[in-house]
Amino acid sequence: MAKKVIAGDVRNVARLIRDIDDGMPGVREVLKELYPYTGKAKVIGITGAPGVGKSTLVDQMIAHIRERNKTVGVLAVDPTSPFSGGAILGDRVRMQRHSMDEGVFIRSMATRGHFGGLTQSTRSAIDVLDAMGKDYILVETVGVGQDEVDVVKSAHTTIIVVMPGMGDDIQALKAGILEVGDIFVINKADLDGTDKTMNHLRLMINMDQHKYEEGGWRPPILKAQAVFDKGVIELLKEIDRHGKFLKETWGDLHFRKRKDKVREELAEMVKARLVEEVIDKLNENGAFNEAVDSIVEGKMDPYTACDSLVLPKLGLSIG
Amino acid sequence: MERKRKLRVMVAKPGLDGHDRGARIIARAYRDAGFEVVYTGLHQTPEEIVEAAIQEDVDMIGLSSLAGAHKYLFPRVVELLTERGAGDIVVCGGGIFPDDDIKMLKKTGIKEVFTPGSSLKEIVTWVEENVKPR
Repeated sequence: MAKKVIAGDVRNVARLIRDIDDGMPGVREVLKELYPYTGKAKVIGITGAPGVGKSTLVDQMIAHIRERNKTVGVLAVDPTSPFSGGAILGDRVRMQRHSMDEGVFIRSMATRGHFGGLTQSTRSAIDVLDAMGKDYILVETVGVGQDEVDVVKSAHTTIIVVMPGMGDDIQALKAGILEVGDIFVINKADLDGTDKTMNHLRLMINMDQHKYEEGGWRPPILKAQAVFDKGVIELLKEIDRHGKFLKETWGDLHFRKRKDKVREELAEMVKARLVEEVIDKLNENGAFNEAVDSIVEGKMDPYTACDSLVLPKLGLSIG
Repeated sequence: MERKRKLRVMVAKPGLDGHDRGARIIARAYRDAGFEVVYTGLHQTPEEIVEAAIQEDVDMIGLSSLAGAHKYLFPRVVELLTERGAGDIVVCGGGIFPDDDIKMLKKTGIKEVFTPGSSLKEIVTWVEENVKPR
């Protein structure tokens, strides 16, 4: 399978991403084989509130990247319904015009309730598209939760998309997501309030003045109207400029190979793997379900139950 | 955690047909049944639908057509899937069709056809019973 993925075989790539998503056994072996072939693609994260025009922007970006004769892989992440576990993956609607282009691979992913975490499976999917030989990988997520923030953090360049008239939403975004933005795009910039939004963002970015004085990257703010393909070429130019900045600052684009990044990603991987293994074991001998029952029946409190599930697995005694 | 594949289905609108209320309602019903549903949007060629289905690795394609061209469009999707070695993707259809057309569609490999009067429950149950993760 790994060989076919490296050769760019679409069916195998599609199946492998599904295997990653479904947590199928054997996936890790394939990913190990693929890893040496990764690290060549430029990974760009695109995030923002629902309805700001991320998919439309991605669609236009694909078109312009293709004009440069570069290939593109897209991962479009949509939320899973917490009630049914199902999901409607509709980002593709805006990008379908590229579906017949062999240089473009588009995959919709649902956030699901992964034990391994969305971050883990998306990172693996990025590796797959990278090994497949895509020059650019665009990862689109709805920027609402920590998971989504983590996803875009594995990108070389992170783009935050906002639209005018969402004042309070920007406030809400401030906490987590604005800090990870390398480039800000105000989409639908023909709407009232564009300048206000611009001032808002500018003010926030200027608060980090000391960082820029120390040679840090100052995130540019762009106006765009993705539907009319306005501002998209400028966005790609800023992405290039940011790429150059990374190169000058860190030596190369292998941003994910930086020590702090590697440490962070490995720690997350270990964490996810541990949880997965432990839960597997607990389900195997029924201990987990027994604990649930005894809490329901009032025989045990959840804190004791948790201790009794976890501590023996680590060779520690309870209490 | 139990390793269970999640059913992935695609809802597609082939041809020149602007009516997607039905398709959206079906997509919603599939979501509520716990499937992952990829929606393609309007005006798709059979080629675009098949390529998207392969990239998305879906188990089933539900085609919706209300514009009269189903006798060409639906079998063409089945034909292209077979050509691409993806003949194991189940194809079903929905719309307003004369009885003779339904017979013809089923002969060409459309697994099931749903017409006005089919309940969402009936459609979802059919999918659960007849489509298994590949």
